[in-house]
Amino acid sequence: MTDDPSLDGTAPVGGAPILSVEGIGVRLAGRDVLRDVSFAISPGEFTGLIGSNGAGKTTLFRVILGLQGAGSGSVLVAGRPRTRRNPLIGYVPQKFLLDPDVPLRTRDLVGLGLDAHRFGISLPSRARRARIEEMLDAVDARAFADQRVGSLSGGEQQRVLIAHALISRPRLLLLDEPLANLDLRSGHEVVALLARIAAEQQIAILISAHDMNPLLGVMDRVVYLAAGRAASGTVDEVVRTPVLSELYGHHVDVLRVHGRVLVVAGEAGELAEASDQAHTRTQVEVIT
Amino acid sequence: MNPTPAAIFAPGLFTSSLVQIAALVCAVVAVVAGAVGVFTVIRGQSFAGEALGDIGTTGESGAFLVAVAPLWGIAIAAVAAAGVMELIGIQRPRGRDVATGIVLGAGLGVAALLIYLDTVQHSTTGTTFTIVFGSPFAITSSAIPLVIVLSVISLGLILVLFRPLLLSSISPELAAARGIPVRLLGAGYLLALALAVALAAFTIGTILSTALLVGPAATALRLTRSPAKAVLAAALIGIATTWLGIVMAYDSYDWYDQSGKSWPVSFFVVTLIFLAYLLAGVPAWRRRRASTSPTEAPTRA
Repeated sequence: MTDDPSLDGTAPVGGAPILSVEGIGVRLAGRDVLRDVSFAISPGEFTGLIGSNGAGKTTLFRVILGLQGAGSGSVLVAGRPRTRRNPLIGYVPQKFLLDPDVPLRTRDLVGLGLDAHRFGISLPSRARRARIEEMLDAVDARAFADQRVGSLSGGEQQRVLIAHALISRPRLLLLDEPLANLDLRSGHEVVALLARIAAEQQIAILISAHDMNPLLGVMDRVVYLAAGRAASGTVDEVVRTPVLSELYGHHVDVLRVHGRVLVVAGEAGELAEASDQAHTRTQVEVIT
Repeated sequence: MNPTPAAIFAPGLFTSSLVQIAALVCAVVAVVAGAVGVFTVIRGQSFAGEALGDIGTTGESGAFLVAVAPLWGIAIAAVAAAGVMELIGIQRPRGRDVATGIVLGAGLGVAALLIYLDTVQHSTTGTTFTIVFGSPFAITSSAIPLVIVLSVISLGLILVLFRPLLLSSISPELAAARGIPVRLLGAGYLLALALAVALAAFTIGTILSTALLVGPAATALRLTRSPAKAVLAAALIGIATTWLGIVMAYDSYDWYDQSGKSWPVSFFVVTLIFLAYLLAGVPAWRRRRASTSPTEAPTRA
């Protein structure tokens, strides 16, 4: 079992960016989904990929994962061109629907993260079991380790999927809208867990969200997507009225209220969506 | 004097070569169908399994017409149908039912012609019944080598592809993100399914094959918690129900003294599988009842 790189090997870590996205452009069905998107992520950095629905977040993830070709630009992982099966990248999808009848325990799904790409049936080994236990502890999932994944709550499933992604020791973790279907408390738990993982294990995290507020306290950097274009930097650098107005191509107001950020677009085309988001944020503040 | 075993195991049961062949083939096929069936249920492709079995009717009636071993006809028809389903787009979520339905309809249309030609040429009315409902007692020893070969291919595919197939069956997105070739795995699984269904169709009849494919697997999913255990349990449930069905059918010779004929094995097997599935639901049903019992009622502080 010692020749198994996913069990004992660790990827090289350096000061160089773990992920470099350089001038990515994607055109789908005659529409520019992404235009000249560039940013870089350093090891251990917590980055939020922020944008409304349809801004191109999922497409960008698919490009980084190698599931979607890009018309222009390149993606470098740890300084090298990305390969189709890249063990340096872990991924947590947004949608995960599993029937409660499917006999797949939490520990089975976490274990699949280790060796699902291998042929045959996994043979029980002490090293494998120990590694699974370690990951269950890391995401506080030991309490439901033997329950079927389909019977877990949304927040519990997110934690299991994070363990599934992390068990093969990636250096970069991509999460597609992990907070979208969670209540506030489960969302807080997931964000705190991710921040801890980034800090303790020096794993870079790229997390997409349509609302940046739950991430404000933990984000090192933000990549803001609007109309297929991106601006990146610290929250204070990017989330400003002039920067986002430039990005959207028309005037938007960035308001800071009680430590929360509100982006209000002023033009008719964006108004409905922006006011919709403002509305949900107002609700959030009433609750908290 | 010990009357009970004799009442259950009728005289001649263990010495009959028909029973021995039936028991051997049923056991082998039950193991294959169980392993493949667990994935069929997880992937929600029971309809495709049913269709491939039904299309076995086309293959078996064709084989009968040109005097080829029936299992060859069934296997070729099922694999060909699976290939067409793959081409039409069974792996697209919306294409799944359409691809299956179109191939099923076309296949059964050809079966109607072939069965007509069979009855005209051979003037045997029992042909249709044997093809559609089958009988393990009708299997001859000459069929055993092909049963073994097809079983090894089908079971081998499932065991070799087990882990990547499991992940891509649970979440194609998660599998694709890890670089697992989801489409190719789906095609490999479809081949294993076609062979498993062909074996089940050959053993207990083309339209009853689904029962052996899906029934023990669905029962096993209710009883077990891990995928590997589900495969094992499905195989054991398949062996138990087919063997018990054989014993009961053999016993049914004596149920009507005047007829001298037994009831169809397939009837007993399918009924037993159905009963096992219902019984397996009892623990979950009791758990659900227990969790909504009055002890959980809110108490006033």
